[in-house]
Amino acid sequence: MSGKKSNLPALTGIVILFLFIIFLENIRSFIPGLPMIFDPMSPLFTVLKKAAVYSLVAVSMNLLNGFTGLFSLGQAGFMLLGAYTYAILTVPSAMKDQVYYLFGGCAFQFSLVDFFQGIFGSAGAGYAVGLILSCLIAIILAGVVAGFFAFLIGFPVLRLKSDYLAIATLGFAEILRAIFQWQTLGPVTNGANMIKGFPTFTSFNITGAGGQVVLRLSTFVPFLITTVCIAIIVLLINSSYGRAFKSIRDDEIAAEAMGIRLFTHKMLSFVISSFFAGVGGAMFAMYVANAQAKAFTSTMTYEILLIVVIGGIGSVSGSVLATFLYVACSEWWLRFLDSEQYIGSFKVPLLRNGFRMVVFSVVIMIIVLFFSQGIMGNREIDLNAIFTGKKRKSGSQGK
Amino acid sequence: MQECVLKIEDLKVSYGGIQAVRGISFEVNKGEIVTLIGANGAGKSSTLRTISGLVKANGGRVTFMGEDITGKDSTEIVSKGLMMVPEGRRIFPNLTVLENLKVGAYLRNDDLSEDLEMVFHYFPRLKERSWQAGGTLSGGEQQMLAVGRALMGKPKLLMMDEPSLGLAPIVVQGIFDIINEIHSSGATVLLIEQNANMALHVADRAYVIENGRISLSGTGKELLEDEKVKSAYLGSGGKG
Repeated sequence: MSGKKSNLPALTGIVILFLFIIFLENIRSFIPGLPMIFDPMSPLFTVLKKAAVYSLVAVSMNLLNGFTGLFSLGQAGFMLLGAYTYAILTVPSAMKDQVYYLFGGCAFQFSLVDFFQGIFGSAGAGYAVGLILSCLIAIILAGVVAGFFAFLIGFPVLRLKSDYLAIATLGFAEILRAIFQWQTLGPVTNGANMIKGFPTFTSFNITGAGGQVVLRLSTFVPFLITTVCIAIIVLLINSSYGRAFKSIRDDEIAAEAMGIRLFTHKMLSFVISSFFAGVGGAMFAMYVANAQAKAFTSTMTYEILLIVVIGGIGSVSGSVLATFLYVACSEWWLRFLDSEQYIGSFKVPLLRNGFRMVVFSVVIMIIVLFFSQGIMGNREIDLNAIFTGKKRKSGSQGK
Repeated sequence: MQECVLKIEDLKVSYGGIQAVRGISFEVNKGEIVTLIGANGAGKSSTLRTISGLVKANGGRVTFMGEDITGKDSTEIVSKGLMMVPEGRRIFPNLTVLENLKVGAYLRNDDLSEDLEMVFHYFPRLKERSWQAGGTLSGGEQQMLAVGRALMGKPKLLMMDEPSLGLAPIVVQGIFDIINEIHSSGATVLLIEQNANMALHVADRAYVIENGRISLSGTGKELLEDEKVKSAYLGSGGKG
């Protein structure tokens, strides 16, 4: 039926986006006179980095909630597993005594960073290769650990439906958070204290001999990882497995009558979603430059759920779009509401610390009321169509 | 001697303590349309669900193509070539028509294009709407889609649970014409119906189910003439 579709335009578009990101974060080194917004420390880049991390988690949650119809609220728990796995594996040995000083050093002496520096050397190109490899392996292992735990709890939990599944997964995430803060596990998890000192996004900036930054890549790296992961998820959704997931969401009994094994497919979706939540967790640790259990509360899950709902349940591009809007609103665009503002000599009333959240809640209510399907519904933005300028008959014009 | 595709022996099904099917035996031979008719709650659908593995039997045996499939799970049963058109159509509303059809062929790994052509030949309407979401189709089109989806699994035996449910008489006529057409191309069909008149007209053989037991059997023609069937299911008893 459908011939081999060429994804070349979309790929080209993504490469252009990458180049643009790199250009944007370095523009102030070429043209120093530009406004502060192009400073690498400005909210613009905070938003871009955080949204890149969150959009992966949002898409992974959408895979489960939107495409397989499993209402799970365990995302923060799997992110926590990913963040800790990444942190524990990559803190350099030299840093361990300092980080784990309350527990008299770390029980787990191995460090991927040291291991690869031992092979490739600790300077120049060898250092770069070692850094990339150690981060890559740690990120993948972060996903594997999260996926493995999903597999274990999937057996009891996936027999539950809708709200019951949500409560069970939420409970799992909370239990996990408590366990990671447990003092007895301190030599590994550092108890309630944060683990730090591992490679972060800024470690990927290319520096000159004197330590000055030559080329910034700290915004590009999260974009790259997220894009690769989301591309894998999209390929999965468009495969026959994806069709099976969607048919389970639409009608379990009919799906079973077509010969689809319900439990196997639910488990597959749960494990894959958790794998990418784990990768997202590792990236979150890189973004905030520490790993601490108390960051991964149920509020984080709700935040991501909100993004998925706003973007459209069952739309990958909707989730990505909503993430950038949500993060930009909460971290940047509405910040001015938190401080006193004057128009001429007129003091704008109501504006004070915390007012941002009031406006933000109202905005979200308006979106939910007027876009009950979310921004995108279950449609997708067709990257190929955008970059070639022509519309293709797409399979997702649901409404 | 005709080849027996499906053989049911003394099948019993119960939900909780309630016996829905109390020992049914019948068989379907290759190339036949066999219909089970009966009132609501007679046990027709339970029989069908048990055959396709969605419900477990309490007793008895189901033999398909000479193989005992009692208690096997639905994936295994579908992979042996037994497809079902579920009651109430149950198409996937948010999947496109094309995706719905592809899900029907989920357990197949070979080329689907020939079978897609066949389905579109039977139901040209589905080809026009292949990019539309299944939920946007009309009731009759959804029924066509449900039948097409089952055909995509290349069934050796096609089971249909009340294909006329909730459809206008003219649409029902169209569906039955297509069942006839599918049948004349060599397919074996097990049809479950409340619309006894339509079902008996297309069927080679028929069984009447009452209270979980078979009370009457014969060829479609014989049952159409039967006084008891006329009064109970065809609504023309006494006068006709």
